Amino acid sequence: MSKQYETVIGLEVHIELATKTKIFCGCSTEFGSAPNTHTCPVCTGMPGSLPVLNKQVVEYAMALGLATNCKITQVCKFDRKNYFYPDNPQNYQISQLYLPIARDGYVEIDTQTGKKKVRIHEMHMEEDAGKLVHDEWDDTSLVDYNRSGVPLVEIVSEPDMRSADEVIAYLEKLRMTAQYLGVSDCKLQEGSMRADVNLSVREVGSETFGTRTEMKNLNSFKAIAHAIEGERQRQIELLEEGKEVIQETRRWDDNKEHSYAMRSKEDAQDYRYFPEPDLVPIVISDEWIAKIKARQPELRPEKLERYKKEFDIPEYDAELITESKKVADLFEATVELCGKPKKAANWIMGDMFRLMKEKGMEPEDLKFSPEHLAKLIDMTDEGTISAAVARKVFEQIFTDDVDPEKYVEENGLKTVNDEGAIKEAVEKVLADNPQAVADYKGGKQKAFGALMGQSMRALKGKADPAAVTKMIKEMLEQ
Amino acid sequence: MANKISDETIEYVGILAKLELSDTEKEDAKADMEKMLDYIDTLNELDTSGIEPMSHVFPVNNVFREDVVTNGDGREETLANAPQRKEDTFEVPRTIG
Ligand SMILES: [Zn+2]
Ligand SMILES: [Zn+2]
Repeated sequence: MSKQYETVIGLEVHIELATKTKIFCGCSTEFGSAPNTHTCPVCTGMPGSLPVLNKQVVEYAMALGLATNCKITQVCKFDRKNYFYPDNPQNYQISQLYLPIARDGYVEIDTQTGKKKVRIHEMHMEEDAGKLVHDEWDDTSLVDYNRSGVPLVEIVSEPDMRSADEVIAYLEKLRMTAQYLGVSDCKLQEGSMRADVNLSVREVGSETFGTRTEMKNLNSFKAIAHAIEGERQRQIELLEEGKEVIQETRRWDDNKEHSYAMRSKEDAQDYRYFPEPDLVPIVISDEWIAKIKARQPELRPEKLERYKKEFDIPEYDAELITESKKVADLFEATVELCGKPKKAANWIMGDMFRLMKEKGMEPEDLKFSPEHLAKLIDMTDEGTISAAVARKVFEQIFTDDVDPEKYVEENGLKTVNDEGAIKEAVEKVLADNPQAVADYKGGKQKAFGALMGQSMRALKGKADPAAVTKMIKEMLEQ
Repeated sequence: MANKISDETIEYVGILAKLELSDTEKEDAKADMEKMLDYIDTLNELDTSGIEPMSHVFPVNNVFREDVVTNGDGREETLANAPQRKEDTFEVPRTIG
């Protein structure tokens, strides 16, 4: 291959907003309920029903728009996007085409060659569709409308990304921003964050874009990276063979690592948008914008700075801890209770991240309380338990959120400070190991380690190692 | 009648609307749509420069509801309209995907 190609990628990202109710009716948005329990005439498109806009949706969308440097559209409205599909009971989706809530923003991402801006073309509010499950046995589809009418924000980027890495960095940035704002949990596997990838290739140096395809159905960062690589290859091969790329929607199958074109005849991309007559315009005053701005929580860059100043923890630790709002909250609450930021950071950076990795957990899956971690830190500091015991107790806190005080009490794990008990244990170890004693006295330092290990084991790890070392030395020198 | 709806257009609109029209229905629909377009042409004769586009017929804006759950389990009422029900879902002919 002699020619050099560049990949050009733009993204349409759907983020499900964390409201309690749907966008146009008072049905719950709770995930995982029995099919069709959260439905009513509005979200199932019954004739005569009327939508009423959830104010929280507008405020969440504004918060996201402001955090991504967009301009808020102060007179905005909804439009109908018409299409027929069983997941859409109204035969149209209420969305925004002509006057979307926010426009002309950007986010900054870290790339291998430094910081880069990815521009946001626009951001609009819309409703989600129902969920289709295919019944292999009967060869039918089963429809659940619980998700129908759940509020979404769709964020349309400019074609500013050039690699899968940049796409992932952009998605991570959006996810982190939404999570910090508390407007969405952005769980890809539950579908609360979804990405459609628009991709084209062109020869390096070319000013014009190539023909792009759109890939849907991408629900993990891994699938997105695979799909980008696969589609890039496919388009380059077509061009190399002197063929044309056809503008179409393709579906990525991550199991087969292959994308295929969706049927196009039935799928005409002509949505015949028109203004939604059942909803009145939204007028957003300067005061309202100011109110949302004032309410914006501390976002990651500011938090990172504050941690470095206020807590005096290493930059690397601060970065990892603030990567997830959930972890940052846990850290701050623990520090608030015990006043020891370095020790709290050490637990999080060490045993907590290790256990999360071992169990394949996401920050959102963490369920232990900061009270228990703070107590564990205090107990270790006061010498109530040894460092070795503390690590064991932490595992119990991590998995079952046990109260460390109770757990240590019930399992007899308190540090043995009783000199008599230490002496008794050491005496027995020395008596049982005459060879090691003789070796040590003969000048073999190594033998000391063996005696120490056995003594600690006899004390079930609960004794202060310094006290045990002192006792062994005293007795050997007698 | 100034406007003409072609055979291709009526065919395409039929596909979009998921309607299968007979030849006479197609001709009737064409005539109706041509009349509608002519009416729009009449409206277009008015000078509307300097007039804010109207986005809604009522002079009302900002009608909201608070984010409070008011609806309970609507399953039975919703599924009462299912042409075919399977357990708690609507059963429909298989879709792609
Ligand atoms: Zn509803
Ligand atoms: Zn959308």
